[in-house]
Amino acid sequence: MKEAADIEMKKPSGNTKMLRAMLVIGIISALLIVLAFELTLPRVQKLKAEALEKAIFKVLPGTVSTQAFGINTKGEFIEIENNDKPASTYYAGYNENEKLVGYAVEAAGQGYADIIRVLYGYNPNEQILIGFQVLESKETPGLGDKIEKEQRFLDNFKALDVSLSNEGQLKNKVVTVKQGKKQKPWEIDGITGATISSRAIGNIIGTSTMEVIPMLFNNHKMMDDTKSNQKQMDIHE
Amino acid sequence: MSNDHTSSKQKATSTDEFIKGLWRDNPVFVQVLGMCPVLAVSNTAENALAMGLATAFVLLMSNILVSLLRNFIPKQVRIASYILIIATFVTVTDYAIQAISVELYKSLGAFISLIVVNCLILSRAEAFASKNTVWKSILDALGMGIGFTFALFCLGAVREILGNGSIFDFALFPEGFQNWIVMILPAGGFFTLAAWLLIINVFQTRKIKS
Repeated sequence: MKEAADIEMKKPSGNTKMLRAMLVIGIISALLIVLAFELTLPRVQKLKAEALEKAIFKVLPGTVSTQAFGINTKGEFIEIENNDKPASTYYAGYNENEKLVGYAVEAAGQGYADIIRVLYGYNPNEQILIGFQVLESKETPGLGDKIEKEQRFLDNFKALDVSLSNEGQLKNKVVTVKQGKKQKPWEIDGITGATISSRAIGNIIGTSTMEVIPMLFNNHKMMDDTKSNQKQMDIHE
Repeated sequence: MSNDHTSSKQKATSTDEFIKGLWRDNPVFVQVLGMCPVLAVSNTAENALAMGLATAFVLLMSNILVSLLRNFIPKQVRIASYILIIATFVTVTDYAIQAISVELYKSLGAFISLIVVNCLILSRAEAFASKNTVWKSILDALGMGIGFTFALFCLGAVREILGNGSIFDFALFPEGFQNWIVMILPAGGFFTLAAWLLIINVFQTRKIKS
């Protein structure tokens, strides 16, 4: 950059000139960015909401309508009003007879490249997971991203056992095993070539289900009881 | 960064400004600029195409603005100004891609923001747009942008065909084809780029000899 230095020596332009140039460019930039942000915001939000909705319908097959729930500090369901966002949100899916299909639960954990965010569907009546989808991942294209695409892997989540023991804890933690080694109903058949990513999914689901499933199940039972027999419920309490 | 033949030679025609980026001064195959996205995002034909178009758009817009402001920006702060202008359009592109498709945004990931430091764009601003009229800068950006997209597509197509047995997610080979997984990994980017550079250099030297 010797040339530039020479120019500087010969023809010093005032500080104000430099300042003015940066300021004007800064203002133009700011305006452009704000404009682009404002113009795209509604569509970006719509696309994100649509993506989540689509994922819920996928992990809870047969769902036609959904209802979002939050969990309060006592571990009970609370209905979410229009715009508030509690720390954790669960989605109940109902079929066309307005019967509950299951709950969709979001979970996240470390993958090979970055945090993987997933959504899985839980059927409390049969105590199994009935669906799974990756919401966000940066896993290696062609290898790690098989956890999103490979049908054989996704079939793991059609009836994955997450039944509870009498103490209200998960009987068996969900784990990923080597490809072709799946024997127990709570094991996930892994992917050769995506070992770390498929294990990460096992971890994410294992950890999340340990915590969430007992709570969801209890709430589900309570809601069922409330519906079927309001009086008995009162006596219980 | 000194591969800009036309600006140093005698006056070039408008068509020449456009054509040069496509082949003779192709940003990837001849100038070898902007290698980060070339190697990183060319693992499938679709990603390569999207990345190329995003870069071309940023290049076009920044060239226009730099050329418009070329007499207004003092020499001392020109690099800072160019980066500011480029970063603005990259941010705009980032929002636009989010609004176009969630899937696309997911697959391009962090590389969109990295267009800011793509030296192709800065070099066009410094070597061309800051010295030429708006019209010529537009032609230059279009030529370079299309040349860059074309080069990225050449890499992406080869890597997807060999590494995944498909093109634009459309399977090409029968079930039994063993994918060359290495082609999709970062190493495959280097192999493919090297092969393309080899082929093109062989052609160029032959041309010079004859």
